[in-house]
Amino acid sequence: MRLLILGCGRVGATLANLMNKDGHEVTVIDLNSDAFDRLGADFEGVTIVGDGTDEDVLIRAGIEETDAFAAVTNGDNRNILAAQVAKYTFGVHKVICRIYDPIRQETYNALGLESISPTVVGAKLLKTAILNEAPRVQSAVQSIAEGRGMPLGEREKSLSTKAATGENR
Amino acid sequence: MYIVIGGGGQVGYYLAKGLLEQGHEVLLLEKDGKRVERLTDELGPSIVRGDACEARTLADVGTSRANLVIAVTGDDEDNLVICQVAKARFHVPTTIARVNNPRNEGLFRKLGIDVTISPTQSILHMIEAQLPHHTLVPLMTLTRAGLGLVELTVPPTSPAAGKTVRSMTLPTSVNLALIVRGENNLTPTGETVILPEDHIFALVTEEGEHALRERLLNERPVSSRP
Repeated sequence: MRLLILGCGRVGATLANLMNKDGHEVTVIDLNSDAFDRLGADFEGVTIVGDGTDEDVLIRAGIEETDAFAAVTNGDNRNILAAQVAKYTFGVHKVICRIYDPIRQETYNALGLESISPTVVGAKLLKTAILNEAPRVQSAVQSIAEGRGMPLGEREKSLSTKAATGENR
Repeated sequence: MYIVIGGGGQVGYYLAKGLLEQGHEVLLLEKDGKRVERLTDELGPSIVRGDACEARTLADVGTSRANLVIAVTGDDEDNLVICQVAKARFHVPTTIARVNNPRNEGLFRKLGIDVTISPTQSILHMIEAQLPHHTLVPLMTLTRAGLGLVELTVPPTSPAAGKTVRSMTLPTSVNLALIVRGENNLTPTGETVILPEDHIFALVTEEGEHALRERLLNERPVSSRP
């Protein structure tokens, strides 16, 4: 699919790399060209410098042809504005918006804007990690979040050793 | 009326002062502590430090009983969120947003903001009105009716000059309201002959504006998007 990502911070860059690796066509917009350093040498997508709440910049980035749009800048309100431009002005089929503030996230979810609050998700994962009495809970939670399922005993140990030494790449 | 204003910059400050003078109950929210300190002498309890984008702040200042919320920060995204949160969570009947990027005006209206004010657009129109060449100047927008009041001066080269209003076959989306000719004000009828240098005031829809530009100014419609 064609994906347009607004904001090349840690989350934006990680998402861009994941989608690029899976073979999707990715375009990333950021105000600051230095932010694209986070994408790494393997990234094959397009990068656009500009204000992603501005229609002209979005058109230049191909919003009229994109299948999905993710607003993940550091500003909740920027994400909210950009996501609504994508959804209501350009009619993008799939629009996702990151909103740190849980109350704002709830409000916009109720208004029909699909959004994720890392604050809520993060706090819930931490709570699970704290309450879970199994050893190495932290890596277990991280593993679930990364979709690898629950690591078990020795298998997990060898995996994490490999990951730590970079052997797995 | 109880009016909550988001953003204590120049616009917010003078707006609060003006509304207080008119006898309204006003509450101005400003994020910057130093700015709040500076304005407290003059505005007293009418200024509170806080982020108007935060639902909790809006709840603290009793936004649910506000008749009007006005968002006038320097950032469009903040103004949008202030108004949307005020409407969605606190059911404020009327919201007004300042819009810096004129392209955002349409979206804001679509998203339920009742009134949008674009200083950039107003300044552009005012400059246009002062320029000597003949063009159509939007004077005001009647949001609910979907109409605009526009003014234009008939150029000597106008295809309509010397013709009657009827013969121009204007669509119903154009409503000629007034012709100012020299010292006289005329109410146009079908028989009124349009003359060069007539000042015409008309109520138009967006489509009607295009028709008016074409028939009177010989302008081709320009698409708003490149």
